[in-house]
Amino acid sequence: MFENLDLTKLIFGRLTWDAIPFHDPIILATFAVVAVGGVAMLAAITRYKLWGYLWNEWFTTIDHKKIGIMYIILGLVMLLRGFADAIMMRLQQALAFGDSAGYLPPDHYDQIFTAHGVIMIFFVAMPLVTGIMNYLIPLQIGTRDVAFPFLNNFSFWMTTAGAVLMMMSLFIGEFAKTGWLAYPPLSGILQSPGVGVDYYIWSLQIAGVGTLLSGVNLLVTIVKMRAPGMSLMKMPVFTWTSLCTNVLIVAAFPVLTAVLAMLSMDRYLDTAFFTNDLGGNAMMYVNLIWIWGHPEVYILILPVFGIFSEIVATYSRKPLFGYTSMVYATVVITVLSYLVWLHHFFTMGSGASVNSFFGITTMIISIPTGAKIFNWLFTMFRGRIKFDVPMLWTVGFMVTFVIGGMTGVLLAVPPVDFVLHNSLFLIAHFHNVIIGGVLFGLFAGITYWFPKATGFKLDEFWGKISFWFWLIGFYFAFMPLYVLGLMGVTRRVSHFEDQSLQIWFQIAAFGAVLIAVGIAAFLIQLVVSFKRREALKDESGDPWDGRTLEWSTSSPPPPYNFAFTPRVHDLDAWWQMKQHGFQRPESGFIPIHMPKGTWAGIVLSGISVVVGFALIWHMWLLAGVSFVALIGTAIYHTFNYDRDYYIPAEEVERIEAERTRVLANV
Amino acid sequence: MSDNTMTAVVNDNDQKAPLEFLVKGDHHPQNGTLLGFWIYLMSDCLIFACLFATYGVLGRSYAGGPTGMELFDLNLIAINTSLLLVSSITYGFAMLQMQANRVKGTMLWLAVTGLLGAGFLGLELYEFHHLIHVGAGPQTSGFWTAFFALVGTHGLHVFFGIVWLVTLLFQLKKHGLIAENRRRVFCLSMFWHFLDVVWVGVFTYVYLMGVLP
Repeated sequence: MFENLDLTKLIFGRLTWDAIPFHDPIILATFAVVAVGGVAMLAAITRYKLWGYLWNEWFTTIDHKKIGIMYIILGLVMLLRGFADAIMMRLQQALAFGDSAGYLPPDHYDQIFTAHGVIMIFFVAMPLVTGIMNYLIPLQIGTRDVAFPFLNNFSFWMTTAGAVLMMMSLFIGEFAKTGWLAYPPLSGILQSPGVGVDYYIWSLQIAGVGTLLSGVNLLVTIVKMRAPGMSLMKMPVFTWTSLCTNVLIVAAFPVLTAVLAMLSMDRYLDTAFFTNDLGGNAMMYVNLIWIWGHPEVYILILPVFGIFSEIVATYSRKPLFGYTSMVYATVVITVLSYLVWLHHFFTMGSGASVNSFFGITTMIISIPTGAKIFNWLFTMFRGRIKFDVPMLWTVGFMVTFVIGGMTGVLLAVPPVDFVLHNSLFLIAHFHNVIIGGVLFGLFAGITYWFPKATGFKLDEFWGKISFWFWLIGFYFAFMPLYVLGLMGVTRRVSHFEDQSLQIWFQIAAFGAVLIAVGIAAFLIQLVVSFKRREALKDESGDPWDGRTLEWSTSSPPPPYNFAFTPRVHDLDAWWQMKQHGFQRPESGFIPIHMPKGTWAGIVLSGISVVVGFALIWHMWLLAGVSFVALIGTAIYHTFNYDRDYYIPAEEVERIEAERTRVLANV
Repeated sequence: MSDNTMTAVVNDNDQKAPLEFLVKGDHHPQNGTLLGFWIYLMSDCLIFACLFATYGVLGRSYAGGPTGMELFDLNLIAINTSLLLVSSITYGFAMLQMQANRVKGTMLWLAVTGLLGAGFLGLELYEFHHLIHVGAGPQTSGFWTAFFALVGTHGLHVFFGIVWLVTLLFQLKKHGLIAENRRRVFCLSMFWHFLDVVWVGVFTYVYLMGVLP
């Protein structure tokens, strides 16, 4: 029997030279740029002997602050890829009218819109949100690290592993051509026999492990590790919204895992979950994936609501208006987010009663959200507002998000949805809330907490340029899509016949160019700020006269965050400490118990990439070997009991004395 | 937790008693492992919830193929169920031994639990093999797809539970009942009982209700 065994097939599966897209000049050019850039970066790291530093101080770190920063870097890098996809689509749609086919073949265009959605949600918004939560939660609740520091490192690397796998699809094989949620039967093996959907499945499954574990981790951190005195209703509002987000993560991501596992069984084992024949039911996939998908949008927006709340209070120099109502609004949104999933497919045919129920629950969500908007407005009312860059993003958000929210309520009306379903109106709506909400909030948050993380502020001028180009660019790019949607133009189309529509797509493309300038200005801002870091230095640790505990430490905080655990008496704990003339202790330090760095996270994730790649290409031998290696390495890691150490009191004393010296000069 | 506190200097014109803003001395937050593991189990429970829901939707989609009523062998399932339920009791004995600080006894009862679990898995594999042999494989119809996914996922959990259990036996042998190991035995105990509870759901919802006309 062994003479029939095809060794090549066993080792390489379906991977052949045909999988490399030599025929596509766009991808080849991209590959050349990425390869040259990558080699240059690796060479620079080697040249300056940075490997040891990166490995010891960053890759293997369990410090929640460094992991948070790495998440944010991952998110920003992936933003560039996701935006490159966006501008390619805008260009194609602006060109491809009548006789002109544009420059992208439909086959490629379909991969681009799928990749754009997947990247922007899973590998831009999620890492940025998780990164900010990771960085801030322990600082805001006055603790030294998260509950499970190793898991934190592992979660980050699993998210990165998913991103790596996703990026590999660009140069080896193809990505899914199904849209970002990969509905069957289109994503089934009959309609999508290639590797695209398999790349989709495995990159999300691997990244999903990271997301779920990070959700558990932050949840336990907030529940168990708050500083003494910090009762739930004295938690900073960002921590509250993060708590709700992590509840949503833990309660939603398993559904994604399950439904993707079912899809992969249909594809790999020929089962009949979502098939057209043998009693399968494709709408079950659509239901399940939106039971994850709708909470997901709240997973993204809730922490950002928290960011805006912190910023509004700080820059209006007032306590947040209606803290209690803010907390209850957040909790109500958390619960309601599970009761609306069906509004994503009113057209399924579930009947008037079911559609009415989900239409009404959807509209109800706008009530707590509206309450939040009023709370922010009343916080600003008669405040001494400083229009720094974070506050500009906040005001830009409030105006833009309200428009997006109102078009959302429009779409929540089932009869309206029957007309607008799958149209560009929907595209305009969700970009309106995701860009105008999540993205603006992330930029506000990054600008606001940047000095805390790095020790210097971001350059104001370039920050303002970035803000205005983003804001105006957003309106140019997406308002035309509302118009087109109302005229009945559907999404995911790469070529149009009706020339009268072209002008709207050209305006949208112009908007995308403005946004490109906004992104470039943000990158310039990073470089300029780094060059001017001496002038922009924050020595006080509290550059904005903040209210919450993260501002009580130095910028950047020491590895142990707090030499002594804070004791909390009031909501704005640091503000109260300042009001009472709190003075830092300068002696009496004690050794601090800290977790040790570990190689396990990055190694396990590296092996996961191999497992995923092998499964995608049906390399069964490699898949088996690497899976056993994955389990074996995990078990080996559990035999390591030596996981913590003490920072000696002298070291703490040295760090704190340095801080005392710096503070004396402020 | 130490109660020594450091007092802040308070403004002279402030009438209130001085507030203490720092915990002086070593402050250790509570260990969150058990809560964290519990939350993980609940998220795992949601995976099962999805599989149960799927079974609910596809549970009568036979596509002209065999039905559960024709093929389920309740006697076999009764033996299987008893094995798993008894294994939960024996895990309880292991916990009692751990409370009494007896490493040997803990390991012995853990081993018994593992063997019962392996017996359960063996019978389940026999059942699967038999079903596939008589023409009811996961590809046969929506019903059998949902059946194999739900029961198979449970079986896979039991398998990894046994892998964990064996690992833990080595670790107990090496380090004894140190705090880390106690925590691990406790977590595995939650995992094991959780699988038992899920099995009660599978047993009732899939097998008992499956043989109803």
